[in-house]
Amino acid sequence: MTATSETWSYNFAYLDEQTKRMIRRAILKAIAIPGYQVPFASREMPMPYGWGTGGVQVTASILGPDDVLKVIDQGSDDTTNAVAIRGFFEKTAGVATTTATEEASVIQTRHRIPETPLSETQVLVYQVPIPEPMRYLEPREAETRKMHALQEYGLMHVKLYEDIARHGHIATTYAYPVKVSGRYVMDPSPTPKFDNPKMDNSPALQLFGAGREKRIYAVPPFTQVTSLDFEDHPFAVQTFEEPCALCAAEGVFLDEVVLDDRGGRMFVCSDTNHCEERRAAGHRGRLSGDPTKTEDASQGERP
Amino acid sequence: MNLPVFDDGAPLLRASGVTRYYGTRIGCTDVSFELWPGEVLAVVGESGSGKTTLLNCLSTRLVPTSGVVEYRMRDGAMRDLFQLNEAERRLLMRTDWGFVHQNPADGLRMTVSAGANVGERLMAVGARNYGAIRGEAESWLDKVEIDTGRIDDDPRGFSGGMRQRLQIARNLVTGPRLIFMDEPTGGLDVSVQARLLDLLRQLVGEFGLSAVVVTHDLAVARLLSHRMIVMRGGNVIETGLTDQVLDDPRAPYTQLLVSSILQV
Repeated sequence: MTATSETWSYNFAYLDEQTKRMIRRAILKAIAIPGYQVPFASREMPMPYGWGTGGVQVTASILGPDDVLKVIDQGSDDTTNAVAIRGFFEKTAGVATTTATEEASVIQTRHRIPETPLSETQVLVYQVPIPEPMRYLEPREAETRKMHALQEYGLMHVKLYEDIARHGHIATTYAYPVKVSGRYVMDPSPTPKFDNPKMDNSPALQLFGAGREKRIYAVPPFTQVTSLDFEDHPFAVQTFEEPCALCAAEGVFLDEVVLDDRGGRMFVCSDTNHCEERRAAGHRGRLSGDPTKTEDASQGERP
Repeated sequence: MNLPVFDDGAPLLRASGVTRYYGTRIGCTDVSFELWPGEVLAVVGESGSGKTTLLNCLSTRLVPTSGVVEYRMRDGAMRDLFQLNEAERRLLMRTDWGFVHQNPADGLRMTVSAGANVGERLMAVGARNYGAIRGEAESWLDKVEIDTGRIDDDPRGFSGGMRQRLQIARNLVTGPRLIFMDEPTGGLDVSVQARLLDLLRQLVGEFGLSAVVVTHDLAVARLLSHRMIVMRGGNVIETGLTDQVLDDPRAPYTQLLVSSILQV
């Protein structure tokens, strides 16, 4: 069987046209009410819940034959989830895929917003596990919906208060609650709070899909997104003491990689595409394997 | 909290013919009374007499089958509670009113610290300064005689009496004018009950609160309330000043109730 005939055994981008139509309606409503969780009839997808079924359905509904798709998982283009979803759309939609952020028109992501600034021609699709920001404080769905409707968001600050009381600072580092366009409080999915400022006034359309919870929400382009905080404990993003060990980038989100059992570790860019591009441009970090720097050099720097 | 609008001697809460049926079964029928600013009203009666149904109807937690409940808002206007929209009603419940549950776990967030429990209402009405919220929480813990060193402990580690006092602090922090209490001393031992009653009496006096207290314990009614309503089978069978009702009960059922108090 050739690749072409395989493609024909599915409708374009796997979902049938009526389902896509239903999801597009939910997306339009979500864009019209920034931050509001729109219920939709989530379908079973050929992957388990928690692997991005919501994001995949949103991507499938907005994808056109000319789109270029990029999929990232924890900032990386080459982890299982990213490779599998990219392969899924190559097979079912036959669209072009890429790992380069600036070439992509649709970017499906779990956790990260790319370091390269997005443009007005791009759409960012998030995979969301739990769309309700108040879920762990108020388990009743009927009650949280009412709280959203009446803008009763005192509870969100109870969570932040608890953080400060226990840790001396706001210790929430991911899924950090934001207020969209001065109205709805939204869970920005498990992205690190480092990425929260990138959501604010982003030129790209941001869509959030939660498959198991059957909710879609959105942040339209150039919409105000404010992270919640206290007057005397303002919102702040994570900072890192050392630059990326491979490309020497600063002011980006870094992952910690343990190297051995003697305390050796390195910090590398979480956004693999950004890191590769920088290395191609000649930037070199402490452990980048530069021929002039041998293993001895790195050994010497270990604690 | 004695606002000038009350100088005209208007009631704070007025119930007229409040009736609630559960299907064909009676919850409470045709209850009418007026509650005045600074007054504590006790609703007493045996289990199943409709006390809690009445309290829930008054506090808008339950919609009465018929009858009207009116409340004097802060602007002095008398409003029918069931004509308010939901947003207004919920705002009223978390600012101008308090509700003390019999079981503190129903009124507290058991998984967040004592400080956050007290601070929640403040944050709900827009307080956004951590230091100020914490300071207010500390002063309220002190007022209800909880060691301020326990501000970061969650109520699961508190004794029954402490939980009940924490629940009271959580309700009073926004300076409400009316408190509903459902068996506030139920399940506490007598010495803890005595302390709690002492505290409640002091707070009610200090802040000029009005309160509706539901209890089956006539001693609680005697200590806390100015006036009382005796209920049985969903009907009001006697009303009057507390001392009058308890010392000179008129209805046979009230006489029975008063004579059933155990003497030590």
